[in-house]
Amino acid sequence: MSSPLSPDGRWQACSPPTPVSPSPGLTRRDLLRRGLLCTTGALLANNLSLRALAAASPPAPAAAGPRPAPRARSVIQIWLWGGACHLDTFDPKPGIGSEFTGPLSGAIETNVSGMRIGELFPLLAKQAHHYSLIRSLTHGNNGHETAAYMVQTGRSSADRSVFPSMGAVVSLFKGYDAGYQGLVPPYLVLTELQGRFSEAGFLGARYKPFATGGDPARDPFGVEGVVAAGLTETRQRDRRELLHRLNTLAHTLPTDPVLTASARAESQAYDLILGDAGKVFDATQEPAALRDRYGRTTFGQSCLMARRLVERGVPFVTINYKGWDTHKRHFETMRTKLPEMDRGLSTLLQDLSERGLLDSTIVWCGGEFGRTPKVLWEAPWNGGRGHHGRVFSALLAGGGFKGGQVVGASDAHGEDVAERPVQPADLIGSVYSLLGIDENARLPHPEGLDVRAYPPPLSGKTSQGLLREIMG
Amino acid sequence: MVISATAWASTSTAPSPYESLAPRVERGVIDQRIFARLAALHIEPAWPVSEAAFLRRVHLDLIGRLPTAEETRRYLDDPEASKRARQIDHLLSRPEFAEYWSLKWSDLLRVKAEYPINLWPNAAQAYHRWIFGALQQDLPLDEFARTLLVSAGSNVHHGPVNFYRALPSRDPLSLAKAVALTFLGTRPEAWSQEQWSGMAGFFAQIGYKSTGEWKEEIVLWDPTLSPTAGIGPARFPDGTLAHLSGDKDPRQVFADWMLAPDNPRFARALANRIWAWVMGRGIVQEPDDFRADNPPSHPELLDELARELVASHYSLKHLFRLILNTQAYQLSCVPQSTDPRAAALFAYYPLRRLEAEVLVDALNDLTGTSETYTSAIPEPYTFVPADVRAVSLPDGSITSTFLELFGRPPRDSGLESERNNRISAGQRLHLLNSTHVRRKIEQGPRIAELLRGPPRGVIDGIYLAVLSRPPTDDERQTVRATVKPGPNGARAAALDLIWALINSDEFLHRH
Repeated sequence: MSSPLSPDGRWQACSPPTPVSPSPGLTRRDLLRRGLLCTTGALLANNLSLRALAAASPPAPAAAGPRPAPRARSVIQIWLWGGACHLDTFDPKPGIGSEFTGPLSGAIETNVSGMRIGELFPLLAKQAHHYSLIRSLTHGNNGHETAAYMVQTGRSSADRSVFPSMGAVVSLFKGYDAGYQGLVPPYLVLTELQGRFSEAGFLGARYKPFATGGDPARDPFGVEGVVAAGLTETRQRDRRELLHRLNTLAHTLPTDPVLTASARAESQAYDLILGDAGKVFDATQEPAALRDRYGRTTFGQSCLMARRLVERGVPFVTINYKGWDTHKRHFETMRTKLPEMDRGLSTLLQDLSERGLLDSTIVWCGGEFGRTPKVLWEAPWNGGRGHHGRVFSALLAGGGFKGGQVVGASDAHGEDVAERPVQPADLIGSVYSLLGIDENARLPHPEGLDVRAYPPPLSGKTSQGLLREIMG
Repeated sequence: MVISATAWASTSTAPSPYESLAPRVERGVIDQRIFARLAALHIEPAWPVSEAAFLRRVHLDLIGRLPTAEETRRYLDDPEASKRARQIDHLLSRPEFAEYWSLKWSDLLRVKAEYPINLWPNAAQAYHRWIFGALQQDLPLDEFARTLLVSAGSNVHHGPVNFYRALPSRDPLSLAKAVALTFLGTRPEAWSQEQWSGMAGFFAQIGYKSTGEWKEEIVLWDPTLSPTAGIGPARFPDGTLAHLSGDKDPRQVFADWMLAPDNPRFARALANRIWAWVMGRGIVQEPDDFRADNPPSHPELLDELARELVASHYSLKHLFRLILNTQAYQLSCVPQSTDPRAAALFAYYPLRRLEAEVLVDALNDLTGTSETYTSAIPEPYTFVPADVRAVSLPDGSITSTFLELFGRPPRDSGLESERNNRISAGQRLHLLNSTHVRRKIEQGPRIAELLRGPPRGVIDGIYLAVLSRPPTDDERQTVRATVKPGPNGARAAALDLIWALINSDEFLHRH
């Protein structure tokens, strides 16, 4: 690190730094186009130390390890923010009494014999051959922030490092560093960031998701920065021209690496504003009947948008689906939310399948924990459910996950794991495996620690490993 | 010493708006060290910074805020030769100084309500309030460190005790690592396991006790705690065994060692950080990575800065004043050498993108608009009044989409490198085309004020407000030729100019 670095020490991976002295007629843009300037710096997370960069570049195996053949190309994560009740969704317990089930005492048969789900999921009941259910997820934590961290990173919250979430890790191994060429960012959230913990962890801001903002249920879907109502394409082009002419600092310092990175970022931004790439967000190109099937709600249209994005090769799309933290008015909320989820998710599975995308797209639907099986009828809850991290459920489909299977089981009242405990790390490792991420791959740690991409089992808990029983 | 200006004439005839034709003047030992080294290696330093670029730079570096058009006009018209030094003194006394540097220290001290730092909102605010007060009164940095190291009391009533709470785990080893990183610029891999075990021995008797109050916690010295296996006996990082007696808080023993006048480690670590904050990179780089195999670029200079810090009774403001008055700091951002060592040897002022908070505050100042900041943390809810600037937000959990997008640090680790100022496509997209920024430009009340007056005055006024300088003749011509009242009218043309300057690299970077 004593080697000479350019201004902020971020571009040391460039070789040579910037020895190119441009001839007068060459603009910075020309140089960029000719590949004379270092652009690899932009591919590296700037907040990592040199040693970490050395470890990270490329994200290669620590030792020659088994590299699973990639089955999946993309992941759609439907995050049930707040924690959905396992009993009312994927792990119904009919007949255990209304102090547990409340008014949702039934369960419905699916098209897979013996596999039953919550009674408000009639459409998902017809798609069970596409998905499997995990009914024995567990981490034992009842705090939103800690539980969300554990489920999305697979790590213990006691570790000194803050680990990246699954989306950030996939973005590292399947995004720009791995040859992803798309103009749409490789890790994208519809529509708002989850907050509470930093998705990118120690990987840094480069691996944070792009949050679309806006509402896909409205036309046009105002993706922040991409779609600007009222500006014609001509005016956009004129303004860009003006900006270039008045960019005096860039004219003065044509080879400065900070400014070349800035120019490159600007150019990518305009590819989205002016090019075809931004059209991915225009759902009016879809048949109205299909949009109706998804449901004309924010969630339904987010599912449609997620399909459009993975269709174009975006590796990781999160739908941040809020409203599941039902301490009060639980059943009233379920009566509106579950049908909305049923419609959006079932149509997504069917649509992906019909387009041949389900084989290469993992769909993971779940939240940070389940909810207390015993209904809290007393004041102030008056019919709510609390947080429950001892056992909860998730849905997995596509990308190499078999359909029509149930993994693990909770006990009679859905309070604890009865069979085959599944830790978040097991689920996350299974997804990484289907994506073809090397089992010994390392994450670039800012302090140079040897950290593997696959989260290890939590200490003190038994792990039965990856979800081999549903991995085809 | 005055460096001859003859070399200048051959280099260029038309300086950029960032450079000055004035000769370089070495102003003391810092400049001697920097320029002697450059001369020995035949690296040509940059030319001095122009008056306008200096004014903007020193505002951003000291108070994280742009000068107003009026301040810029007044400064540029001031004929006084000593106006740079006066400007530095003035900014050091502005109230925003403490706000801006509280932001910096709050990053390093991990002031955040929730995850994985679980301070909780009212404790985070107490912690921030204490930091702000310390900066406001220029609390000597040794006292600042000692208070953080030895404090005891309630997290919500006595801010500095949160230093030992602002960690994902509170075992002695983790506490020792936080202390070493913060005050000695030492990272985990710099020391042996034995050194860490000895260091952890000083932090094995920190107790945490909850009270009946919601989320209140007392941090205290608890002599009944005995170290677990692998921790201690307490040994200073230099290998000396400490003599702990039962009647003295071991943290006090450590603080006495760390802050002893003959122990240069703390002063060097702090002097290096301060240098890096304004010069863009450390003499030891990264600024919090002191270790045997990462030597300083200018070892004597680092020692001199450390001695200066001690001699000034650890005054942060004194060191800032000293560094900012040097020619080394007052070089332009336009390098005159292509030598790859030029940057590490401080041959020019390095460009850096404005921090997320500074950038959004600048946009708001410029347009007369404000932001909504929120925190996802429940109870007690945090309310942020509309006129609060982003640099003053007391808690890392209070945020906005803009701050997240522009690389505000998560305050997870206390590493300087957590703050990400590298520009990304998503950021450019937001500045170029988002409704958020468009609305500020199109509807901001201060923009309306800028647009009043005769055309020539409007163009100059826009340049002064956005770029803190008047336009060059070339720019004026370009603007007149390009920004014509088209089909959208004169107003739209002027808004396009403001938009273009806001999206220019000059606005987005310190230069």
